[in-house]
Amino acid sequence: MGTNLATMAFVAALLGGAAGAGLAAALPSSAAEQAAAAVAIDNFTFNPQRITVKAGTTVTWTNNDDIPHAVAASDRSFKSKVLDAGDSYAFTFVTPGNYQYFCSLHPHMTGTIVVEAESKERPR
Amino acid sequence: MNESEGNDQPTRRKVLECMTWVGTGVLWTISGGVPHSSGLIGEATAQETGGLTFVQISDSHIGFDKPANPNALGTLQEAIGKVNALPTKPAFMIHTGDISHLSKVSEFDDADRIIAESRLDVHFVPGEHDFVDEERKLYLERYGRGTKGAGWYSFDANGVHFIGLVNVFDLKAGGLGNLGNEQLEWLEADLKGRSASTPVVVFAHIPLWTVYPDWGWGTEDSGRTLEYLKRFGSVTVLNGHIHQVMQKVESNLTFHTARSTAFPQPVPGTAPSPGPLKVGDAKLRSLLGIATINFKQNEQRLAIIDAPLQQ
Repeated sequence: MGTNLATMAFVAALLGGAAGAGLAAALPSSAAEQAAAAVAIDNFTFNPQRITVKAGTTVTWTNNDDIPHAVAASDRSFKSKVLDAGDSYAFTFVTPGNYQYFCSLHPHMTGTIVVEAESKERPR
Repeated sequence: MNESEGNDQPTRRKVLECMTWVGTGVLWTISGGVPHSSGLIGEATAQETGGLTFVQISDSHIGFDKPANPNALGTLQEAIGKVNALPTKPAFMIHTGDISHLSKVSEFDDADRIIAESRLDVHFVPGEHDFVDEERKLYLERYGRGTKGAGWYSFDANGVHFIGLVNVFDLKAGGLGNLGNEQLEWLEADLKGRSASTPVVVFAHIPLWTVYPDWGWGTEDSGRTLEYLKRFGSVTVLNGHIHQVMQKVESNLTFHTARSTAFPQPVPGTAPSPGPLKVGDAKLRSLLGIATINFKQNEQRLAIIDAPLQQ
């Protein structure tokens, strides 16, 4: 009896997740796709220069140049330490808004992160 | 130095072109804003004594270890060796910034140790690589004594007025170099009342004229600087940051940028970005170097000799 129930719950969790709520921790695959974004620093530019993400997303900048750069928000809401070649910096955006940022060593390098409110999906 | 002008002197434009592109040093003087070439370094006679000679080095980037130069400390040492071998001992040295690569204590320590081998007084201004930490503490602790604000100051030598400016702080998104109102007001007050016949030398890291805005090679508010300086009969502006020699003459103002002692950068527009130029080992030292600047007394002439580490 117990074995049958456990087996059914396990199968339900594998198949859909919603039915198995409370029984198994479903892989948060959809959440993971939206939770991370990447900006590459190449040739003194941020690529992509403008990205749009959902609130709660972690953006990671990686410096692919052989010269240091540093990421600084114009409104001072985030600021990296200096990033030597190959270094990365990550920041999680929780508040919606338009975030203009630049390289504090080479201010002509600019970029924008547009943060949108998290849409209502599964209730937590 | 040959004083007389012959009709076979190169034209001004040709001399300026040579100064910009050629690796060899050209000895030349300026009189009334017009440069007169006196030939190549090998032919020039020894500098007359009685004037003021000093050297400019720049962009030592101690801590940098990528192509084309894995040994920025070594090439700085070669540059200091070149300073020590000058026929006329300079009165002092000016370093126009980016002493270190990442504002690390060890980088400043190494730079200081090698520069001290010149046994000269050195006047520094910071580059953006020296101001990597927000409070600028490390740079100012070492080099900020007697300076104001973010590290600006002035001093006099042999009747020449020297002004060190800082244009690498409070940088704004999308902008160029920045001097800021407080510094500009200080500059105006510093120059007030000085005789217009006083030769003036201004030194700062980022060029005070707009060399190439796409790469950030310029200073947003340098216009006011030039307004305060234009009444003086002889003004020389020495900058670094762009890791190559560039010169511009505008009546009584001469602008000069020095080579780096660490790595070259591309000529504007010839590369996608101003990153380090990766050249072969054989070519590297012809693109690094020092500059010697000589004032002749009573004539307010100026000679700038850019010497690469290797011809």
